[in-house]
Amino acid sequence: MRRYFGRKLSIYGLTFFVAVTVNWMIPRFMPGDPIESMVARLTMRPETVEPMREYFERFFGYDVPLWKQYLNFWGALLQGDLGTSVWLFPRPVTSVIMGSLPYTLGLLLPAILLSWWAGNKFGAIAARNRWLDNTFLPVGYLLTATPYMWLALVLAFLLAWQFDLFPLAGAYSVTLRPNWSWTFVWDLLRHWFLPFATLFIVAFGGWAIGMRNMIIYELEADYSRYLESLGAPRRLIRRYSFRNALLPQITGLALQLGAVVAGALVTEIVFSYPGLGWVTLKAVENLDFYLLQGVFLFIVAGVLVANFLIDVVYVLVDPRTRLGMQGRAA
Amino acid sequence: MSLRVEDLRVYYQTLEGEVKALDGVSFAIADGEIMGLAGESGCGKSTLAQSIVRLVPPMKLVGGVVELDGEKLPIDDFEAMNRHRMVGVSIVPQYAMSALNPTRKIGKLIKELLGARGISYRAKLPELENRLQLVGLPREVLDMYPIELSGGMKQRVVMVISTLLDPSLLIADEITSALDVSTQRAVAEMLVDFRDREIVKSMMVVTHDVSILYQIADSILIMYAGQPVESGPAEVITHAPRHPYTQLLVGSLPQVGVRYDEQPLSGIAGNPPGLIDPPSGCRFRPRCPFASERCESRPPLVEIGDGHSVACWKVMEEEDARV
Repeated sequence: MRRYFGRKLSIYGLTFFVAVTVNWMIPRFMPGDPIESMVARLTMRPETVEPMREYFERFFGYDVPLWKQYLNFWGALLQGDLGTSVWLFPRPVTSVIMGSLPYTLGLLLPAILLSWWAGNKFGAIAARNRWLDNTFLPVGYLLTATPYMWLALVLAFLLAWQFDLFPLAGAYSVTLRPNWSWTFVWDLLRHWFLPFATLFIVAFGGWAIGMRNMIIYELEADYSRYLESLGAPRRLIRRYSFRNALLPQITGLALQLGAVVAGALVTEIVFSYPGLGWVTLKAVENLDFYLLQGVFLFIVAGVLVANFLIDVVYVLVDPRTRLGMQGRAA
Repeated sequence: MSLRVEDLRVYYQTLEGEVKALDGVSFAIADGEIMGLAGESGCGKSTLAQSIVRLVPPMKLVGGVVELDGEKLPIDDFEAMNRHRMVGVSIVPQYAMSALNPTRKIGKLIKELLGARGISYRAKLPELENRLQLVGLPREVLDMYPIELSGGMKQRVVMVISTLLDPSLLIADEITSALDVSTQRAVAEMLVDFRDREIVKSMMVVTHDVSILYQIADSILIMYAGQPVESGPAEVITHAPRHPYTQLLVGSLPQVGVRYDEQPLSGIAGNPPGLIDPPSGCRFRPRCPFASERCESRPPLVEIGDGHSVACWKVMEEEDARV
């Protein structure tokens, strides 16, 4: 058991290292100079340009060679310092991310977990109901093939623009200040609903299709046929096949996480929802290296942690991985 | 009379038409009898085994009656059959190696299976442990997952589960086919032992291997293309078969003491016919070395000796000539 997790952890560690390095490289190879644009934005008089540029270059650490910048970056990172945002200067990147993280988590966690749960339930029901299967299957394929931003646009156009059921953009109305009153929470929920629905619907289709196919496969499996031959009640056979069909869906969850996170990014942009996705867009627009790095770091870390959790869950639910690890076989 | 099958017809529904896998099969198994059912691949023997226990689409019951201990089995009513499965009639399937749910411990699987019938696992446990001992398994297998067992062990576990509620009839479907010869013998002896201890009242052993039947069966039924062609005591079928098909089938077995480099082992030329549109009359006619004009009508299964029945015009003529 310890060896298994040790190996897994070292793989995750290596992935993290590579991903962070790539994150560090990408903004630096983008065209454009953030200091230049910042100086241009802040400077009033021509004679202040040079001292300003020098100050910022020193402040952001651009006055040292690239390899040293890289080492400094890791040094700061290990102390929990992600640098200062260029766009929202002088706010530190961590504070910008911490401000937008709750919005993204508030969207992602319910969307991922609820769509997974509901999709699996629904797929299992569809698998044994011919009528439901025939109607749902094409719809399901359509849903899972839908790009997130397209569905987001359709929902925004129909429900927010045409029928005015939900607000079009933002996390809460501009007229309100964040506080814990019912009015504010209700407003927050109304703004949350459309981006959530976008993520939920696309993911739901995929889970339901996957579960439907797996259940049919499991119900045809030899062990199901044997149980039928022994006169076991349908309920028992379905329970077994549901549980066994769930195993690949758990793996699927791990694989899908990255895609859902990416989907959240574009969805947030469509709805101007101030989560990490929206911040990413702003960071790119403002050539904000540090903020971009910081956001990517959070996404990478989030996906890795979630994958690790799923590894743990898998060991708990599938005896075959558990026994395989211990090398116990008769 | 434990099992009585009367003119059973089970067809497979396919896009090309109905495959007449069982087309008028009649036989009976007495209490305490082990009946062997043999024939080539595609002769309908597995369909017969399956249809008595679990008749599901594309299989369709077209006609016939199956009676167990004098009671008619509702073989085409899936739900109504549940009352008879495992208690009245039970099967050790061909796929015994993969018949156990991989994510349940064997003990727990049995517990849930019994629980669904309202039988207490704890009350049944001593008997279960006895049975495991009988087939040479330690009681620890109850705490194991199927992947922890070898193929042979899994098969024995399946045998124990299938017979746990002392069924009247046990159907063993090709259970020796995937085993090596020494294990085959052990499994064959276990089957006989189960009958001798009256764990099961009677047994139907489906196989393509006639030599196994000679060791364990009391009687043998030979099928060809969905119809019985010859049945009788095991001794008679293996040593004095009358139907040309049985003679060729038995003749294709190697014998101890014969050197086959001098005298090649004979097989049966040709293949069994397709069953969507089987040949009229005797279905063995296209491959039969003795076929003649009268074989264009179907020969009835006629008793020619003590429990020995044959469906062949030639045999009937020989019998008539003798009387």
